[in-house]
Amino acid sequence: MNTWLQLIFYFGTLLLLTKPLGAYMAKVYQNERIFLDPILGPVERFLYRLSGIDSKAEMTWKIYAVAMLVFNIFGVIAVYLLQRLQGILPLNPQGLGAVSPDSAWNTAVSFASNTNWQGYGGETTMSYLTQMLGMTVQNFVSAATGMAVLVALIRGIVSVPLSSPHFENSKMGGQRGVGNFWVDLTRSVLYILLPLSLVLALALVSQGVVQTFSEYQTVSLIQPSAGNEAQVIAVGPAASQIAIKQLGTNGGGFFNVNSSHPLENPTPFSNFLEMLSILLIPAALCYTYGKMVGDTRQGWALLAVMTIVLIALLGVAVWSEQSGNPMFAKLGIDQTQSATNPGGNMEGKEVRFGIVNSVLWATVTTAASNGSVNSMHDSFMPLGGLVPMWLMQLGEIIYGGVGSGLYGMLAFVIIAVFVSGLMVGRTPEYLGKKVEAYEMKMASIVILIPVMVVLLGTAVALMTEAGRATIFNPSAHGFSEVLYAFSSAGNNNGSAFAGLGANTPFYNIALGIAMFIARYWLAIPVLAIAGSLANKKKVPASAGTLPTHTPLFIAWVIGVIIIVGALSFLPALALGPIVEHLMIFG
Amino acid sequence: MKAQLRPAITLLALFTIITGVIYPLTVTGLAQVLFLHQANGSLVVIDGKTYGSELIGQQFDDPKYFWGRPSATGYNAAASSGSNYGPMNPSLEEIVQARIDALQAVDPNNPLPIPVDLVTASASGLDPHISVAAALYQVSRVASARGWSEAEVTSLVEKYTEGRQFGIFGEPRVNVLLLNLALDGIQ
Repeated sequence: MNTWLQLIFYFGTLLLLTKPLGAYMAKVYQNERIFLDPILGPVERFLYRLSGIDSKAEMTWKIYAVAMLVFNIFGVIAVYLLQRLQGILPLNPQGLGAVSPDSAWNTAVSFASNTNWQGYGGETTMSYLTQMLGMTVQNFVSAATGMAVLVALIRGIVSVPLSSPHFENSKMGGQRGVGNFWVDLTRSVLYILLPLSLVLALALVSQGVVQTFSEYQTVSLIQPSAGNEAQVIAVGPAASQIAIKQLGTNGGGFFNVNSSHPLENPTPFSNFLEMLSILLIPAALCYTYGKMVGDTRQGWALLAVMTIVLIALLGVAVWSEQSGNPMFAKLGIDQTQSATNPGGNMEGKEVRFGIVNSVLWATVTTAASNGSVNSMHDSFMPLGGLVPMWLMQLGEIIYGGVGSGLYGMLAFVIIAVFVSGLMVGRTPEYLGKKVEAYEMKMASIVILIPVMVVLLGTAVALMTEAGRATIFNPSAHGFSEVLYAFSSAGNNNGSAFAGLGANTPFYNIALGIAMFIARYWLAIPVLAIAGSLANKKKVPASAGTLPTHTPLFIAWVIGVIIIVGALSFLPALALGPIVEHLMIFG
Repeated sequence: MKAQLRPAITLLALFTIITGVIYPLTVTGLAQVLFLHQANGSLVVIDGKTYGSELIGQQFDDPKYFWGRPSATGYNAAASSGSNYGPMNPSLEEIVQARIDALQAVDPNNPLPIPVDLVTASASGLDPHISVAAALYQVSRVASARGWSEAEVTSLVEKYTEGRQFGIFGEPRVNVLLLNLALDGIQ
């Protein structure tokens, strides 16, 4: 009963916030007046002046892509250097030394690409300075990068000068622009991510998330024993980082065990806020999208696609984990759910969250490309672990990353529109823009690259000694650990079957490459679509136009997503979670 | 390409200052003023002595104390970790069996079934809570080890039982550290 109540409350709150936040973000990107202008307007203009940015200058999609890439590469370099030099830099009360080159590379790409895969344990590896200047900063700007690319794509679809004096319909070499990357980046950080993070960070501290610069605390034990007389408790400036890690679909924990750590996620209410923050911006961006294309039904339809897939898979995972582990039943352990016992498969889960909040988190964090965890996915039952894995493999489009989720979804929409156009034998169009071979090629790249990265990466790891050496669990579950790792990196999620020892040169380098490709080789074709669409004439809707907001279209897009996802990954999943399920229950 | 170099470097530097310095300092400042106790780790300080953090579990294996969740990291709060055992891993079966044996060795006549959270490792290795069932399971053992009546121990368990937050969020649970402190008469 309470299980249902908590789930309904979660989705209800999320949907209630979608419209107001979505409308607000539409204003931000269309340069309309907002209530934060008096405070942040001067800051914004100061940033442009210092950086030599002409905020009225439009960019073609190619310049936009170059700006995005250059900025992100400098981000990778900065995070790499910080980790390598942290030993001689200040704000390092625990005296943590330089991070190894391969781990530093992995982490730098991981945070710049909005993946936040973590081969390291936060409290044992990173100084406060690295956490702040490296991780926290990239949490903001990598999220903003995703949002910027999405907004460029929306401008391409709309391709009329947005209703602002800033974006004049300037022609550049006969090409129409898709906006200005620096402006989109800056406005995403200043007007959306920063204010939300500030509020959330303080709310989290009120629940018990630490926020301090003091060294780790040493306390005495209530039951001391020989050799175990005191407890050292890691603390740090965690809340400020955790707020943006949740809101920006980053997911990189301050502590090793991420949001299952009691000082990162202390209470059921902090858990609710952190979970809500995972889907908040991705959901609201659907409304922003509808608003910007001038038909909010388009946004709601995409949100419906995402929500239907999410809830169906959530049901499977909750059932799987609550049913528990037959091995425990055999040992005579009580795993029946009752008023005094959360029951179910509690290995790797925290009592304050129980089954439902652990599974809900696991589902939404992999639906969105967040990747933070509040339970150990490696210890889930086979089907409970299959759900997060498959949600990542679908391409991080079920909500997905901030910005990147929706632009990935729009690639699927293009495929869906194209295929349905072929069926009735007419040139397909989407929101008045003809979808032709070029868009179709680019959309295919967006969909196929992650599939390739995941499957090839998994295959290479399993064929090499270095890849097999650090698998932790035996048999099919060990295979799942590797498949999960590449599914996570190859879709910029960042969660893990954490038994896999991933802090080795092999995995640090291989997963780093996977994350890099998955992020930027998708963003570039998306921007190419934006540029191509921007330069197409709008064709008026006719009787033959396929409406893209109807239940029929929603079902059609879901069908395309599921078919692509199932065809690509069913064989791999069969070797991992499916065979494991059959071994336990078959 | 060249034209984008200056904005890229300058903006990264400026955002580093805004989101990497000003923002965390602002949060720290406000947190240290508004939520001093929470911001510093929710430490339990009684009569000048620090007994731990109410949010971080400790290791208990003495029969006169309530035991918390098994921990993959031995309650090392400077290096959190889960077990990451898969559901079929033979090592998981072995270790769970060992935990069952340990519970039964000090409490052989307990007729209650062992609740699952009492023999499975938490996600963080630092879980401060056990389920209400897991606390009730241990009442008879703690009572006999201390020579108390079960009613006395049960009433303390009830006192340290937290319901769902705001009546809806999370699971009912018992804070092991606070309960054990109360058993020792430290409140």
